[in-house]
Amino acid sequence: MENKTYIQSFCSIQNNSIRLNGEAVFSTEDSDFSDFSKKAYQHFEIGYPKFFKMDNLSKLAFLGSELLLKKVVESDKENDIALLFANKSSSLDTDLKYQNSISDSENYFPSPAVFVYTLPNICLGEIAIKNQLKSENSFFIFDAFNPEFLLQYANVLLNTKKAAKVLCGWVEYFNEEYKAFLYLVADEGTIEHDKNNIEIAFNK
Amino acid sequence: MFKKVYISDTNCITPLGFDVASNIANIEKGNTGIQKHENTNLMPIPFYGAVINNTDLEAAFSKITTDGNFTKLEKMMILALYPMVDSSKISKKTAFILSTTKGNITALEKQNGKSIDKAQLSDLAKTVADFFGFQTEPIIISNACVSGVLAIAIAKRMIQAEVYENAFVVAGDLVSEFVLSGFNSFQAMSDAPCKPYSANRTGVSLGEAAAAILVTTDATNAKVEVVGDGAINDANHISGPSRTGEGLYRSIQSAFLESAISADQIDYISAHGTATPFNDEMEAIAFNRLGLEGVPVNSLKGYYGHTLGASGLLETVIGIESVAQNRLFQSFGFDEMGVSQSINVIQENETKKCDYFLKTASGFGGCNTAVVFKKVS
Repeated sequence: MENKTYIQSFCSIQNNSIRLNGEAVFSTEDSDFSDFSKKAYQHFEIGYPKFFKMDNLSKLAFLGSELLLKKVVESDKENDIALLFANKSSSLDTDLKYQNSISDSENYFPSPAVFVYTLPNICLGEIAIKNQLKSENSFFIFDAFNPEFLLQYANVLLNTKKAAKVLCGWVEYFNEEYKAFLYLVADEGTIEHDKNNIEIAFNK
Repeated sequence: MFKKVYISDTNCITPLGFDVASNIANIEKGNTGIQKHENTNLMPIPFYGAVINNTDLEAAFSKITTDGNFTKLEKMMILALYPMVDSSKISKKTAFILSTTKGNITALEKQNGKSIDKAQLSDLAKTVADFFGFQTEPIIISNACVSGVLAIAIAKRMIQAEVYENAFVVAGDLVSEFVLSGFNSFQAMSDAPCKPYSANRTGVSLGEAAAAILVTTDATNAKVEVVGDGAINDANHISGPSRTGEGLYRSIQSAFLESAISADQIDYISAHGTATPFNDEMEAIAFNRLGLEGVPVNSLKGYYGHTLGASGLLETVIGIESVAQNRLFQSFGFDEMGVSQSINVIQENETKKCDYFLKTASGFGGCNTAVVFKKVS
């Protein structure tokens, strides 16, 4: 009953560099994430000004999604691509920023523009809006990268026809430490979608 | 064919009681957990919310353990699971799924090295999992306000894929300074107890609760079968719902398609009903687009406030009792119709035969979830 599934493409973003399908495609030297992400945005000619309103977790997830979805999403069609994302620190980076805006009664300035990003799944909303993905979406938290769960749940979505493709992502951002690893899974391709291949791609 | 998946046990810890029976008794009598609070540690101005009394919680928790090293949320979650979990139901094929939006966020109020670790959701899940001795890695779902009901769909899907045989699902969230100030910054907080779908509503009341269910292929003691689900994004806006209810519409459609049922078979809808104008209006539009406008519908937010990541699971626990007892409860706080398209808001408690029940939720990030349940007789 289970159909074979494949990894169609993958990318990673960490240490000021971006790799697509294992090949280095962009890097900067001595940047903080804000500077690095802006330069990457310019380099890949993303042209989506909403990017600059996003928090760092959303920027990280969004950049990865652009690299993989640009050639896949057809703007004149429905694209049934589910979003299956996970990380360790949820939205804790922005949570801390928000907490600091309310912890001192003399400097009490809670901002809705910050508060909305105190939810990890907001990055899924950003990707869905950009690509008009009216599709299954879910955000999980694990103590560490969990290829087995992502493998199993992506296959559930495909085998139950809840989605035609699944964009999987590990998008961790806390206090300038970050790593994004995204990959697109579907029922055709060349790299078999198994735990070993996910781990190999994760470490490339 | 996929295996049938059931919910065979439930529990909840709320301001209306620390078990399902006391919650139902209070709802039946029209009691609400929402009160006016004047606590400047939580909010500079008075607010309406449904808060669990700390003394009552301590008293209940001290009966199950003398270990005091747990946060309020951990105690609520452990108390919710405690009567349901026994070692005979835990194996290497038992999932532990935890749903929350903000977890132990109050740990950030005193910032030090440990507070960051304590605020990590995986720390919360590990603490609760270790208390009961779950053998598999916790699955944490944090998908804003749909988390609690999405957790049911995840459990059912993973069990049908034969990754697990059963799953304990727990959901919980607290009323905190963090969340109160955030909703207030959106000007979404009501200056009176919330009134979902009412023309006289003025916004959200927040609440805190924990709820738990056992999802299993074992039909023994089954209360309902989980027959279909969908969790589809609006792709419209990160902090407001689609005006056409597109994601909710598609989520319900997806759940109906899988259940192989049609709108006219649904006997009851337990909706999200946060009492914000945008949310309530969007739901009314989505229900009308699906031909569900005549189906009795309530929001339980009038009893519990919006309990965030707990709400979908808590409201399912109450909905399961409605189905089991053929008893629909009034949508507390509703008086005059406040949505532009007609929906059948339950105005008085009534006895009605219920076989199929639909639970829906929507949240920030444009997320939506719908799950269809079928009574097991």
